[in-house]
Order: sequence, then C-alpha cells, then structure tokens
Amino acid sequence: MITFQKYVKAADLEEAYSLNQTRKNRIVGGMLWLRLGNSSYNTVIDISDLGLDRIEEDEEQFRIGAMVTLRELETHKGLNDYTGSAICHAVKDIIGVQFRNMATLGGSIWGRFGYSDVLTVFMSLDTYVELYKGGIVSLAKFVKMKRDNDILTHIIVKKKPLKCVYDAVRIQRTDFPVLTCAVSEMDGEVRTVIGARPAKARLYTDEKGLLKEGLTEESIRAYAKELSSKVPTGSNTRGSAAYRSRLVIVLAERNLKKLGGLE
Amino acid sequence: MEQKNYKAINKSVRKKDAMQLLLGKPVYTEDIAPKDALVVKLLRSSHANAIVNTIDTKVAKLVPGVVDVFTWEDVPNERYTTAGQTYPEASPYDRLIIDRHVRCVGDVVAIVAAESEKAANKALKTIKVNYEVLEPVLDFRTAKDNSILVHPEDNWVAPCEVGGTNKRNLVASENSEYGDVDKVLADCDIVLDRTYHTKAYNQAMMETFRTYTSYDRYGRLHVISSTQIVFHVRRILAHALGIPKNMIRVEKPRIGGGFGAKQTAVSEVYPAFVTMKTGRPAMLVFTREEAQIAGSPRHEMDVRVKLGANKDGKIRVLDLYTLSNSGAYGEHGPTTVGLSGHKSIPMYTGSLEAHRFNYDVVYTNTMAAGAYRGYGATQGIFALETTVNELAEMLNMDPTVIREKNMLKEGMLMPAYYNEIASACALDKCLAHCKEMFEWDKRYPVRDMGNGKVRAAGLGMAMQGSCISNLDVGSATVKLNDDGSYNLVIGAADMGTGCDTILAQMVAECMDCTVDDVTVFGADTDASPYDSGSYASSTTYITGKAVEKACEELKKKMSEVAAGLLDCSSDEIVFEGKTLRKINSGESVTVAEVGVKSQLNNDIITQASASHSSPVSPPPYMVGMVEIELDKMTGEVKVIDFMSVVDCGIPINPALARIQAEGGIVQGIGHTLFENITYNEMGRPVESSLMQYRIPTRLDMGNLKVEFEHSFEPTGPFGAKSIGEIVINTPAPAIAHAIYRATGVWHREIPITPEQIVMGKPDN
Amino acid sequence: MEITLTLNGKKIMDQIEPDLTLFDFLRDHNCYSVKCGCETTNCGLCTVFFDDTPVLSCSMLAARAAGHRITTLEGLQDEAKEFIGFIADQGADQCGFCNPGFVMNTIALLRENPDPTDDEIRQFLSGNLCRCSGYEGQLRGIRAFLESRRGK
Repeated sequence: MITFQKYVKAADLEEAYSLNQTRKNRIVGGMLWLRLGNSSYNTVIDISDLGLDRIEEDEEQFRIGAMVTLRELETHKGLNDYTGSAICHAVKDIIGVQFRNMATLGGSIWGRFGYSDVLTVFMSLDTYVELYKGGIVSLAKFVKMKRDNDILTHIIVKKKPLKCVYDAVRIQRTDFPVLTCAVSEMDGEVRTVIGARPAKARLYTDEKGLLKEGLTEESIRAYAKELSSKVPTGSNTRGSAAYRSRLVIVLAERNLKKLGGLE
Repeated sequence: MEQKNYKAINKSVRKKDAMQLLLGKPVYTEDIAPKDALVVKLLRSSHANAIVNTIDTKVAKLVPGVVDVFTWEDVPNERYTTAGQTYPEASPYDRLIIDRHVRCVGDVVAIVAAESEKAANKALKTIKVNYEVLEPVLDFRTAKDNSILVHPEDNWVAPCEVGGTNKRNLVASENSEYGDVDKVLADCDIVLDRTYHTKAYNQAMMETFRTYTSYDRYGRLHVISSTQIVFHVRRILAHALGIPKNMIRVEKPRIGGGFGAKQTAVSEVYPAFVTMKTGRPAMLVFTREEAQIAGSPRHEMDVRVKLGANKDGKIRVLDLYTLSNSGAYGEHGPTTVGLSGHKSIPMYTGSLEAHRFNYDVVYTNTMAAGAYRGYGATQGIFALETTVNELAEMLNMDPTVIREKNMLKEGMLMPAYYNEIASACALDKCLAHCKEMFEWDKRYPVRDMGNGKVRAAGLGMAMQGSCISNLDVGSATVKLNDDGSYNLVIGAADMGTGCDTILAQMVAECMDCTVDDVTVFGADTDASPYDSGSYASSTTYITGKAVEKACEELKKKMSEVAAGLLDCSSDEIVFEGKTLRKINSGESVTVAEVGVKSQLNNDIITQASASHSSPVSPPPYMVGMVEIELDKMTGEVKVIDFMSVVDCGIPINPALARIQAEGGIVQGIGHTLFENITYNEMGRPVESSLMQYRIPTRLDMGNLKVEFEHSFEPTGPFGAKSIGEIVINTPAPAIAHAIYRATGVWHREIPITPEQIVMGKPDN
Repeated sequence: MEITLTLNGKKIMDQIEPDLTLFDFLRDHNCYSVKCGCETTNCGLCTVFFDDTPVLSCSMLAARAAGHRITTLEGLQDEAKEFIGFIADQGADQCGFCNPGFVMNTIALLRENPDPTDDEIRQFLSGNLCRCSGYEGQLRGIRAFLESRRGK
C-alpha cells in the first residue's frame, strides 16, 4: 500500500506542476498502483478537476485529455471509426470494465510500461504527447525520453487517412499480453509496433522497402521474417524470448494480411 | 432402479442464504467482528530454509498503536498439525506456532498485534531479523534421502504409522499390489510407461483465510473463523495452545469459499494466541499474497503410470507410482496421495487382472500443501486417463470404445477400491449419454478452420468417493417448535455449496413439510452435534444420512407425545406430515399441537440427534468431453464447449449439483491451461497475487453443459452419493487429449501453456 | 483532512487520513457489502459506483470521492431485487463473497445496455471473478431475467 501525508486536488496545472517538482510528491492518474506499491510520499497531486477528461475531435485531430479513461477510449465512436476499432480491440481485455473506468490514457502513456496494449496501439497512429512545459512531442520520441517532473496533459492523434489492425497474444484472456502488435498504413507508409517484448513497445517502418510493391502473401512473409530479426525480445514468466520472436512473425503476418485485405 | 416421487428431494430449491448473500448482507467473519479487535499481522520469512539467529522487536513494540509482538521465544514448544482430519490424525506433528527454524518462504517469524492495520504494517517493517541461511531442498524429486533435512528436529512426531520419517524427508510411504503385476506386464502386447506432473494449484477462494478471536462471557476462547472444520479447529487449537478443549468454542459464519483450503487451520492459531496473551479480541485477515504464498494448496505430484494392454484394447494391468510434494509441512500429505491410485485404477476394474500402487510423500522447502477439491484423485486421474487416451490413439481405436471395453460397471467388485462393490454405477450410461449430447462422432475428427486454427476434441472419465469410509462421522439434531416448524442443527459447514439447504430438503422430505418450515443452524462446537466437517465429499452422503436417522427418531418422539394427547399407545400413531393420526380413527393432532404440548407439562423431548458413519464410500462417476479451437501458430487454446454427464446418485438439489459441476470444471480448465505455481531459485513463490496467478474469467471457459445420469445408492440418503470433488477431475485429461489431437503432441505436465504448445515436439 | 460526499443518497462529512482508500472508508461507514478479494485490481469484489460509473474502491482514494456520489449495494437493494432472484434460482450465488461486486456491475451493465447478448454480458462482467459458480449459472440467471422482462 502506498502511503502519503497530504492530498491536494490541484486548482490548475501550474499548481500541479510546482508541487510535482519535489521528488517526494507524485501526480496520480487512475491510481491503480495504490495497493501495488510500498513506497511513501509527502503529497499526492490529483489532477482530476482540471478538465483533462475530454476527447476533443475536429477535422484535423483528436485531442484526448490525460484523465480520459481506457473505457472512454473503448467506447468512443469517433476514435474507433477512425482506427477501425483497433483502439477498442487493444483495451477491451485489460482486466475488466471497472479497471478501465479508472485507468487513464495519460497514466498508461506516461508509465511507458512494457506490457502496454495502449502504448502499442497509439504508437501505430500519428500520435503526439502534449506536455505542460515540454510542449508537443511525437509519441515515438516521448517513449524514449526519461521520466521527468513535467505533466502530460493531452494525447493528440492526427487524423491522417489510416488503416489500422491490432492483436495480442494472452495466456489468459484478461492477463498481461505475451506480445502485442499493431500495424497501420498512413500516407502509403506501413508501421509495425511490437510491444510486451516484454520491454516497451517499439515502432518499425519498412526501411528496406520490402512492402513497397504492395501487401502480398510473399512480401508480408519476407517483411515479417525480417522484422523478427530486428525486434529484441526477452523472457519473463509469461514467455521466453524464442517464443516471443515466433509470435512477432505470426502477429505481424496476420495483422498485415488483414491490413492488406488478404483475409 | 429405485426411484420415488419425492416432494422435497431432487428439487431445485433456492439456497436458504441466497438473498442475504446476493444483497451483500454482513454475514462473513470480517463483517461481524467488532471494529475494536486488534489487527494481527505476521512477519514472514523471506528465506526457504533458515534459522533465526536473533530477532529484534524493540522498535516495533514502540510503534504507536502496537500492543505486542511475539516471536519463537514466546510460543509453546509442542509440535502439532493444522490438518483438519478425524482421529487418528494421519498428518505428522511438525509445526510450532512460530518456529526458530523457518522451512519455507512465508513461514511465520513474528506475530504483531496492533490497534490499526497501519500501525501493524509499520511495526512489521521495523523488526530486525538475523538469519542463518541454509541451503533449501526445492526440487521434490531430490528430496527423499537428501542430506538436507527439512525437519531435522527430534520432537517431530508421527501420531499414525504411515511409513514416514523426518530423517529421510519422508512424510509417508506405502506399497500395495493385487495379482502378479510383473507377470501380467510381461505378457502384454503393449506397455506404456509415462510420467505426469501436476502443480500445487491454489484454491483461490474469493475470501482468503481469516479468523476472529475473543474471550467469551465465561472466559473461554471464542473463535469465529472461515473454516470447513469447526470441531477439528477446536482440537488443533487446544493442542497448539496447550489449553483444554472445553475452554474453546469455534463457530463459522458464512464462508467465502473453501474448496479444501479451509480444511486446514491456516489462520486460526495466530489471533487465538494474541487473544490469550493480551486478553483482547483479535482478528487476522490474510492478504491475497499471504493466501497465495502461505496457504494450503494442492500437492504437486509426479504420477508414473505403467499400463499393460493387448492389441485389442484390453487393459490388463496398471502400475502406478506417485511422488507427492507435501512442502514444508505434512498436512494431508499421508492421505491425499492415496487417492491418486485408489480413485483412478478402479475405473478399469472391468478388465484389470492385476494392479500395483506405490507412493512416497516428501518434504521440501516449499509452501506446505493441504486439501484441494479432488484431493489426489485429480492428479492420478489426469495421469491414468491421459495414458488410456494415448493407448487408444496408438491403437487407432475410438477412446470412447476403448473405455466401453474396460470400464467399471454396476455390481462389480473393485479390488483396487478396498474390495467395495460398485452398488450404484452409471459410468457406462454417463459415457453413452455424453457421447450423444456432445456429438462425439462428429466432433472427434480434427477439423481445420483455416488460418492455422484447428478444432479438436478430447475426453476423460473420473470417479471420487462420498466420504472417508469407517472414519467420518456426520451428525444432525432436529427439533420441533411449537408452531410445527423444525430446527436442524449441524456441525457440517456450508461453504457456499448449499449443504444447509440440501440437508433441510432432507428434513422436509422426512417430516413431510416444506423446506421453508426447516431452519438450519451450524456450525458451532458449543451447539452443534459432532461432525467431522465438510470435506471428502461427505456432507450429503454422511451428514445427510444422519439427518434421515434423526428425523426417524424425532417422529417416534412426536408419536409418543401425540399418543398422550390422543390417549393411545405410540404404535397406534401414524405420522402424516401436518398431522399425527390415531390409526383406524379420524382422531388426530397437528404437528403444531404436538409442539405446544412438548412445552407444557411434558417429559418427552421432541428433539432427536443422530450420528452416521459408513463402512463404504460409494464413488460418483463422471465423463467430460471438450472441444477446443487451437491456434497452431500462437499456441492459444480456446475452449469451445465442455460437456459432461455426472452420476452422483440421486441429486438432492439438481440446480446446486449442476453449479458444483460447472464450478469444478472451470477450476479444472484453469489448472490445465494457465494456473501455475512456480518458485524462483531462492524458493520464493512467483505467482503471489491474482495478477500473476490467473484464474479463469467468464471469457476463458467456453460453453458448459452438465447433465446427470441417475443411479440409486442404497447406503446414501435418498439414493444420493457425492458431487463436490469429482467435478474437477475431467478437464485436464480431456483438454490434454484435445491438444494432442490438434498437434500430435502429448503434454504430460499441466498447465499446458501456448508457448509449450508451439514449442512442443512429438515424442517417439 | 475533511471530506464531504454523498453515500447512498445521504450527504456525509468525515475526517480522514489523506491516503485512506475508498474501500476502507466504505467499510468504516458500515457498507459491509463491499469486499476485498485481492490487492491487485483483479477481482472486482470491491465494485461501487463513483457517480454512476462502476469502479474498484480498493484502488480509489476516499479523498478523490469528495464532492461525488458513491453508491454501494446497500443503496441499490431495490434495483438488485429486480434480478437477483433469477441468480438464486440457479444456485449461482454459491459462497456469496463475490456477489455484491457482481450484482453492482450487473446493475451497471443493465443500465447501460438493457438487453445485452451473452457475449456482451461475458465481456462486461469479465472483471468480476467468481471461483465457485463457473459463471454459467450467473449467465443463465441474467438471461432468465432478461427473458422474463421481455415477456412482460
């Protein structure tokens, strides 16, 4: 159980930010780590009253507040129309409805967790992270940044014409995934994201141009094989590196076939 | 078959506590304990094998809110067992309340009693322990005669001769043979020699172990605990604490599931000790982590099967050797292992010429095992049924056909089952019924679904017992009230299964009243008649029979009272449910009038108690068939349909029997596909939470269908046998079979994970 | 710290420790239907409504509930009674320890989707673990309730 002395519902982002500059203070999102940790803090900073719980959609983009829950992503018509339900597919097996009513997009992305379905699917889109002080950075860049004392306020998804497919392998349906895979096609570019390697998700593009003649059984097979040689995998209780490397090929092939309408 | 038109038996009535439970009323241990009870927390060892050199509790005792801290220096030095079993206690006396020598990760090193959980947790962090760390024995295959002894102590006691000795890490050992096994094996066309491995699955009942203790108004220790065994808990506490049994009262409120876990006194002794030392009410609630790493899980087993058969599929000889891992302590070690042979081999009585069953049960420095639904039979049946499936596949014979050739049938003498006769056995009908319901002939062939997915089917048979013959005692008291209603008082424990209700149905049937006319109370060592408790599938069969007997006795007493009112002899009274009539006359009195009379100038008590034990333990039988869809590329297995047919004799309450079956099947699916217990190299359990120990959700089980074949067990109440345990036994062999059909690989260890399926190679 | 919230329709004010969980707060306020089955957000036993949304009270701070409506099964007895009889008819209540969380989330499901399919029921309730019933009886019970309601 996490313990702390003080709880502050921040009145604005500036207050939240200044409180967060101390190492013993911490911002809370969905708070699902509350019973899992054993550390103690001075002040916990709640940003749930700052209007960060909205999904704004216009012609250009989705701007999703950090406190939007996974359940809201799962059931949001605009996002799922845009992604061909890939977002719904990516989050629907995360523990249960009650959990997804609490877990926030901001918390999921900020954590840059290895097992994250959410990170995987958003990395396959044209996604940006809006930081209170750091401004807007691409998700791909954000994932590589060190954790600091800034505040993630929004996730921005640009509405490029998109095709997107998501899949994951789980030993048990609502467990952490053994491997996640999202593929997308935007502006003629195919992106593959592999997560739960078990380290955090990585984005791969078709650098060698194996898919430039189009998505065919043959080109996909060659690409998936090549991809598997590039994706570093590791072992944990849910699977060995060797198994994960096999899954990279299987999921990439299957998702790309779906992307190319071959299934 | 004897079948009557019952009024209350074989009826799906609601559980008596259903609405209270569904409306969330405060009926469990933690709900009824007073808020000012001391919070008890346990400091647990992080080493698998170590001696506590020094333990410093000075700072902990100074934490505000901490009332006291106890260590090995404070507890009695008399060893005891926490296994909840009847006399003579089969499990060794190998525990102390706190032992200086810790023998597994999670062993208790200190007990903290505090005014609040926060204070108790804070105190735990400040206790300083200096350990002399010893090398542990973690692999149960190397435990026997290992130079490292889990229990080197001299005050280790085996109250029963079960072939064990602490000087060899041996909890128990036995050899038994019928016929000349080696000779028949030598004469067989085919001999399969296979070894199977099953894990120490956790029961994972939703309510973890918990106990509340206080001194009652007579200065006795009052224990309210989530337990299946109130009388055994009283005995265990008296032994462990060194106080007389009559100074202890144990009762159970509603219980949030048990499945055998609560057939061991896992949590009771610690708050009881705190109450004794401080005089204050105390409560211990296990965290889920504690329940996972210091509970009372299934015995991990290796079961080696040697099966000899002829080419025509006749199974002639079975030779089983089981190695069972009891973990750090011996609870239920000597007894669970027996079922791996005694409740698997008899299924092939139809053709067996000889059989042998040997076993060893060993200590290791891992979590102590205990009782879990199926109790050894589950492990043995997975091994034997998988071997029989392999034989069938090898002979290109339909696995249902090979069973028809060899299986046990009604009326047969079972040499592998204590020479009992299968007096009620519809196993053959279960198989035929399941085969038709499942459409076996259509689903058995493997079907390619495209995209790497195949559908395949598999099956398993099972048996269990209905009590522990010649040991278990069930009792019931039935009393008449002045409004004509009845009280049933029992010592058996309804842990959610609905035994309160089915026993009330039996009273209603006997007394020709409605189930609503019967209230049930139990279990409380001060008020209930003695009952071994709810385990070994025995409550319906044993306590049920006691209910029947008590009702007969009560009718006699009521007839005597009625005779007084009607001025005749009691032989002239006919009991007619609502009334008692004088034979050959229109004169009668109502049951309520008899009840009123019993409270007015009366010297005949309208209350009766009866006990019952049985010389036999009639097996229930079951056939389970599964269809899976297996993804050959990822190894994922999806259960499509699990169908089964059960012979539990006459089901007293078909709805509750069906739920028992469905619940057991889903637990079995979990064990087969993903539930697992593993240890790191230091001996620390890895699956220490429900985040890591995955139990099935409603997305993991496919569609279930359960039907019944009735047999009539002459020694059971209203023809009933048992249902509680057998239901967990068929998923493992059935699913392993289906996976073989889909992949050509036999997996002989469960769980069978997607990775093992993808990476698995066929053996020679 | 001091918080004010609406618990089962009643406004209450209380002094709490800042790190008190909503779960502990609720049991301190005699809402004993709220149960804990794990400490890792996996079991669903502690399900309550935050405003009208089902959440896990074990992982919610009581402090965050300030100014909100919290509802436990104690406050939804009548709505529960509409369908729990159908669960009881199946015997699917069993040990009962998971029942309050299951009943709460079923209420949430039926409010959001009054006529769910079997798959929608399974999906919505997948975060509610039950070790006794094997789930099938709970499904039959909900289905029987829906059928009876349609018949009316």
